[in-house]
Amino acid sequence: MALQDAHIMDGLDQLEAQSIFILREAYRKLKPMALLWSLGKDSNVMVWLARKAFMGHVPFPVMHVDTGKKFPEMYAFRDEYAKKWNLDLILGECPPVEEMDSSLPPAARSAARKTVGLANLIDKHKFRGVVAGIRRDEQATRAKERVFSPRGASHQWDVRNQPPEFWDQYATPYEEGMHVRVHPLLAWRELDIWRYIERENIPLVDLYFAKDGKRYRSLGDQDITSPIESQASTVAEVIAELETSRTSERAGRAMDHESEDAFERLRVAGYL
Amino acid sequence: MTQPHSSSTQVRHGVSTPIVIVGHVDHGKSTLIGRLLYDTDSLPDGRLVQIVESSRKRGLAVEWSFLLDSLQIERDQGVTVDSTRIPFQLNGRDFVIVDAPGHRQFLRNMITGAADAEAAVLVVDAAEGVREQTRRHAMLLRLIGISHVIVLLNKADSINFDEAKLKQVEGDIRQLLARLEIDVKQVIPASARDGDNIATRSERAEWYKGPTLLEALAQIQPPASRHALPLRMPVQDVYRFEGVRYVAGRIERGTVREGDRLVIGGQGQEATVAEVCRWHAPHEPVAGAGESIALRLEPDLVPDRGDLLFPAGDEAAAPLKAARLTTRLFWLRGEPLHVGESFRLRLATAEYDVTVAAIDAVVNLDDLTLSPADEVPPDGFAEITLAVARNILFDPFAPGMPDGRGVLVDRHQKIVGGAPLIGPAALADGAHAIHPTASGVSEAVRAGLRGHKRAVFWLTGLPGAGKSTIARHAEEALSHEGLNVTVLDGDTVRSGLCSDLGFSPEDRRENIRRVAHVARILAESGQIVLVALVSPLAQDRAMARAIIGEDWHEVFVDTAPELCRQRDPKGLYAQAEEGRIASFTGVSAAYEPPETPDVIVPGDGDVARSVRHLTDAVHKAVR
Repeated sequence: MALQDAHIMDGLDQLEAQSIFILREAYRKLKPMALLWSLGKDSNVMVWLARKAFMGHVPFPVMHVDTGKKFPEMYAFRDEYAKKWNLDLILGECPPVEEMDSSLPPAARSAARKTVGLANLIDKHKFRGVVAGIRRDEQATRAKERVFSPRGASHQWDVRNQPPEFWDQYATPYEEGMHVRVHPLLAWRELDIWRYIERENIPLVDLYFAKDGKRYRSLGDQDITSPIESQASTVAEVIAELETSRTSERAGRAMDHESEDAFERLRVAGYL
Repeated sequence: MTQPHSSSTQVRHGVSTPIVIVGHVDHGKSTLIGRLLYDTDSLPDGRLVQIVESSRKRGLAVEWSFLLDSLQIERDQGVTVDSTRIPFQLNGRDFVIVDAPGHRQFLRNMITGAADAEAAVLVVDAAEGVREQTRRHAMLLRLIGISHVIVLLNKADSINFDEAKLKQVEGDIRQLLARLEIDVKQVIPASARDGDNIATRSERAEWYKGPTLLEALAQIQPPASRHALPLRMPVQDVYRFEGVRYVAGRIERGTVREGDRLVIGGQGQEATVAEVCRWHAPHEPVAGAGESIALRLEPDLVPDRGDLLFPAGDEAAAPLKAARLTTRLFWLRGEPLHVGESFRLRLATAEYDVTVAAIDAVVNLDDLTLSPADEVPPDGFAEITLAVARNILFDPFAPGMPDGRGVLVDRHQKIVGGAPLIGPAALADGAHAIHPTASGVSEAVRAGLRGHKRAVFWLTGLPGAGKSTIARHAEEALSHEGLNVTVLDGDTVRSGLCSDLGFSPEDRRENIRRVAHVARILAESGQIVLVALVSPLAQDRAMARAIIGEDWHEVFVDTAPELCRQRDPKGLYAQAEEGRIASFTGVSAAYEPPETPDVIVPGDGDVARSVRHLTDAVHKAVR
């Protein structure tokens, strides 16, 4: 390859370029806007992509909706990298579980706290754009999402009446009180995330890496997330493990297994 | 971006080939997808168990299509609501299946899924043959530019893989696709439910010598590189961080390198690329199609979002320029489209105000013929002409390319249609345009007969500026020279054509719209039209200009407000100042003077001089 030639893009380059394009569209069209930082691997990749899009800066606030039940390692990580990456960090609290819909199964009811905490934060700051790191391959309901997903004034997701989205033209809000969920990672798969983490050397909470034969594949609240059996203690080993794995990423998330429609109900109400 | 020195033997991760599966409802798309995933060993264990349990709970045999109906609400209804994406691997190559629903009211969901597919599988029930949605979906494949189409004649077991019957269906479908200029790669007789000719060759159709579906999919070529084409980079945004200005955007085609000389959008300014910028990546002085980058320019200009960057100094490498555009429309709004409606045309990152100047032809989905019509029905396809307020830069739409991908949005920013841009539209080409009985006499012939060209001079200015007076005198002078001139002035049209309208902003806009259409009809008959209308708002004049097109000349009758007030030929200022007329332009309503009028006629000197100003401009335009 001659040094002067533009290189051929590989799959990660293509995903990266598309995510940067989406973040730049959102920043231009949705003001004020904020990015949801759950401290997990996907949202770290998202913060990283924002820095790619804006030449090392994240020119909008980064929100952490705190259930108060995250792992201590995660809080330490948050405080360290909020400073290192010069993030404008906004913290949001969640109401107690007793205030949640009692018809939901226990784990989903606990997860619903985050939905309400997020809704309160969006209303308080009047955000018109909220960037979230969900992916299509995580869960069947998320596979139905748009890149720009409009939400009504009460934050609900109208699954059956989504706007058309093609040729990189995205819907922007058209009524008072609406906001748009922006999903720059929608097309990424779990393996893409890990390969990108490896390529870019993106820091992660070490709960993702095996200790005593167990590691977390997906990180939620302490009481509703469980680790998987694994010997993978480095990014490369995790990649090797995933290349042969056939179980679902969210297998360790209790609420996904409670009833057929629990996750769907959470998402319609505004859960990620 | 990438590690530029990584070895070429490395697996290229994450490059997926998106394929869309389309076809009439119940012709077996979902079953096919379930079967594809099963045959390629792509089902995650968890999901397989879910399907089996779901089926059991409902007392049903295992249905492959349940894989896709992952939403509770869908399962209860028994239809796939939205498009979704399902990855699978074939001999180490990654594919993504885009599932598109068959119900016609869900066209927009299908487009959402299908628009970026590289190939399509059109599923046709071998016993039922071509149906309404078969035609509709095939039409759509053409409009969104998918040229690689594989036809699967599904449920062939229901007619015992009868060669004669299958050949007949194949003939029908080939004929249909040929009319749409779609090149059919393969027509495969198959049974998705039983697995015939999906992964393994059917023993029930020994006469068939073509590939199985998986073999056909493996033959899909990756998209051609867009690097060798002239550069197109639509400006997405301009940032300033730590004193450095960055022009951000994605390269749609071609390459850009430091030192390149570029033209910036329609204004024609030029700049040199000082630096190709990326964050956290080794510095490379060049970037190619598909990359989202930022540029530093020298001089440090500030382009607008939507400005197209393209190579300077090479006419052949420049985009087209036009103010009237022919597009192939797919219409997604629940109500029909009519001539005269206004939208925003989004083209890459640019947005333009456009008016539907003509519905040239609508596609009849029963036989795919084109016929004139007054409206485009919901979910309809048509060729239409869009008029833009000014010349825009664009490249015509081509399959597999990012060029010319126009999208129409309404004033709520809702996408109401796709409008691939085919090319510039000729003005005289108005067979089914605003006046559907347009004459066969061409503009050139008319110009020859009259001895002059046609034109519309739109005189705007404050009430009392002298517009009507100047227009009437000019009419007289030009008529004496043998020119064919008509005057449309505000009071005259309001006494007849527009007598139902008041002076609210909406009514004023409607008044202007009607006058503009009349002016266009007169102009197309070869006349010179002088319009004398206050038309106080720039956006309303832009609409008029969009309706009239290239014949439009904006004339600002520039008279000092004090003089207008003092003249007050109709006593209106006096009444307005007494508060007896609400919203009177120049007193209680704003007047926005044109920023760049074609002609400025001073209105405060003597009338003869003002008239000469106007007639001189008319002479220049029509001789």
